[in-house]
Amino acid sequence: MARIIVVTSGKGGVGKTTTSAAIAMGLAKKGHKTAVIDFDVGLRNLDLIMGCERRVVYDFINVINGEASLNQALIKDKNCNLLYILAASQTRDKDALSQEGVGKVLEDLSKDFKYIVCDSPAGIERGAHLAMYFADDAFVVTNPEVSSVRDSDRMLGILSSKSRRAEQNKEPIKEYLLLTRYSPERVKLGEMLSVDDVQEILSLHLLGVIPESKSVLNASNSGIPVILDEKSDAGQAYADIVARYLGENKPHRFIDDKKGFFGKLFGGK
Amino acid sequence: MSQDAQKTPYNPPALEFKSSTFSVPVLVISSNDLIIIEQQLQAKVLLAPEFFKNSPLVLDIQELNKQSIEIDVVAVIEVIRKLGLLPIGIRGGDALQNEKAIALGIPLHSIHTSSTTIDAKKPKTLTPEPETKDLLQTGTTVITQPIRSGQRVYAAGDLVIIAQVSAGTEILAEGNIHVYGTLRGRALAGVQGNTEARIFCTDLQAELISIAGNYKISEDLNPSIRNTPVQIYLDKQTLVIKEI
Ligand SMILES: Nc1ncnc2c1ncn2[C@@H]1O[C@H](COP(=O)(O)OP(=O)(O)OP(=O)(O)O)[C@@H](O)[C@H]1O
Ligand SMILES: [Mg+2]
Repeated sequence: MARIIVVTSGKGGVGKTTTSAAIAMGLAKKGHKTAVIDFDVGLRNLDLIMGCERRVVYDFINVINGEASLNQALIKDKNCNLLYILAASQTRDKDALSQEGVGKVLEDLSKDFKYIVCDSPAGIERGAHLAMYFADDAFVVTNPEVSSVRDSDRMLGILSSKSRRAEQNKEPIKEYLLLTRYSPERVKLGEMLSVDDVQEILSLHLLGVIPESKSVLNASNSGIPVILDEKSDAGQAYADIVARYLGENKPHRFIDDKKGFFGKLFGGK
Repeated sequence: MSQDAQKTPYNPPALEFKSSTFSVPVLVISSNDLIIIEQQLQAKVLLAPEFFKNSPLVLDIQELNKQSIEIDVVAVIEVIRKLGLLPIGIRGGDALQNEKAIALGIPLHSIHTSSTTIDAKKPKTLTPEPETKDLLQTGTTVITQPIRSGQRVYAAGDLVIIAQVSAGTEILAEGNIHVYGTLRGRALAGVQGNTEARIFCTDLQAELISIAGNYKISEDLNPSIRNTPVQIYLDKQTLVIKEI
């Protein structure tokens, strides 16, 4: 029985796809058979970040429509043989996703996989709704700014009222906060909300903080999830997140200003 | 979780009739003065604009017909629609009124629906559909989950929230409101005119607070009361915010 994780945010461009790719790879690297699904029909880019865009033959919609089997559509990752990607269609329109169809695909995947990571599109429309509907866990990706926090709050409301678990009166979806593109320097300058600010507004369990990092762009340009760049700060932050999600105890990092040490040394506050 | 590994039929049926009961606010009209109706309805809508936006509603003109007061059904429906509400039914009309309503695509509802019993208790009031179930019909509604941006809650009696209330929310109660947590949204107590209603909260950072229509917006709130438990009540039409 798989655990279904939705990576969601409400607001666009906050790092959902980057996060989906990283944590799916992280879970697979830890020995769990994992599938990652792109729900962003019409704007697919998970396959680019996973570096498998030239190997897409069939996509998610083909499977839903019965035009291809799951086995035909699942793309095996080139770096990890426990990771599979189900790409979104670039050509179909969003209505091609049906709740019944998505439910069937997830059910079939559940028989064979340990984790299923659903990369949600932005917004609160159909695609985003279907990505979260069947979820067991939600990774709410938030940037440290007011509009992103507000959208995450809104998404949390939807998760708690419009999901399958909510509709069937089951135990609610487990919600985790992932604060991404965090820059301690900018927090210090008052240009960004701090971790504490965001947690006070959302009151949500913090799974981890991912720093703003050039390594993310480099990774997506080379089609390798940033978690495989083990030397990078963002890669390490994602590795911590996967470990924490799996129950390991890892202290939070990347929250403080790197220069904080010198600041303390020279008698700052 | 998904024990039923049922095969979906190759050609699943495209539609199905299901019977379902909905609770929809009923607007009971007791005047035929369109201007007054518009003013009063607008005032209600302004009290909770998000709540009423595109809200379905059944128009009840039984009272008028009982007193043989003539009313222009078409014009009333126009007023309602103009204020952003969506009439989905009419009841208590005579043959001619019903005919006019149907011509506007508005179906007839018989008076003997289950909601009549509820209406009987509070005639001439607008009762929007509560999103959260009441423990008792007009008793206390207790909510333990955070109220998130975009959500709204209506309680026919008192409302007790043991969690935070986010910005971009609306909580409404005909009675008192208690928030054991930070209140950042809009809180409206005594929405049916109960001037005795009060708001209690442990940390007031609300966008708006209102008791029986007397309101203050966040700009008018004194920052010194932040992070302290307060109660808010009405003293001769003036909102008083006091530390507890
Ligand atoms: N930690 C980070 N540091 C620097 N840049 C980042 C970081 N995370 C994401 N980005 C950049 O932000 C942009 C958006 O990221 P991504 O595509 O993952 O967001 P998204 O939430 O999936 O967007 P959409 O809503 O369009 O699907 C990308 O250019 C990505 O490289
Ligand atoms: Mg994306």
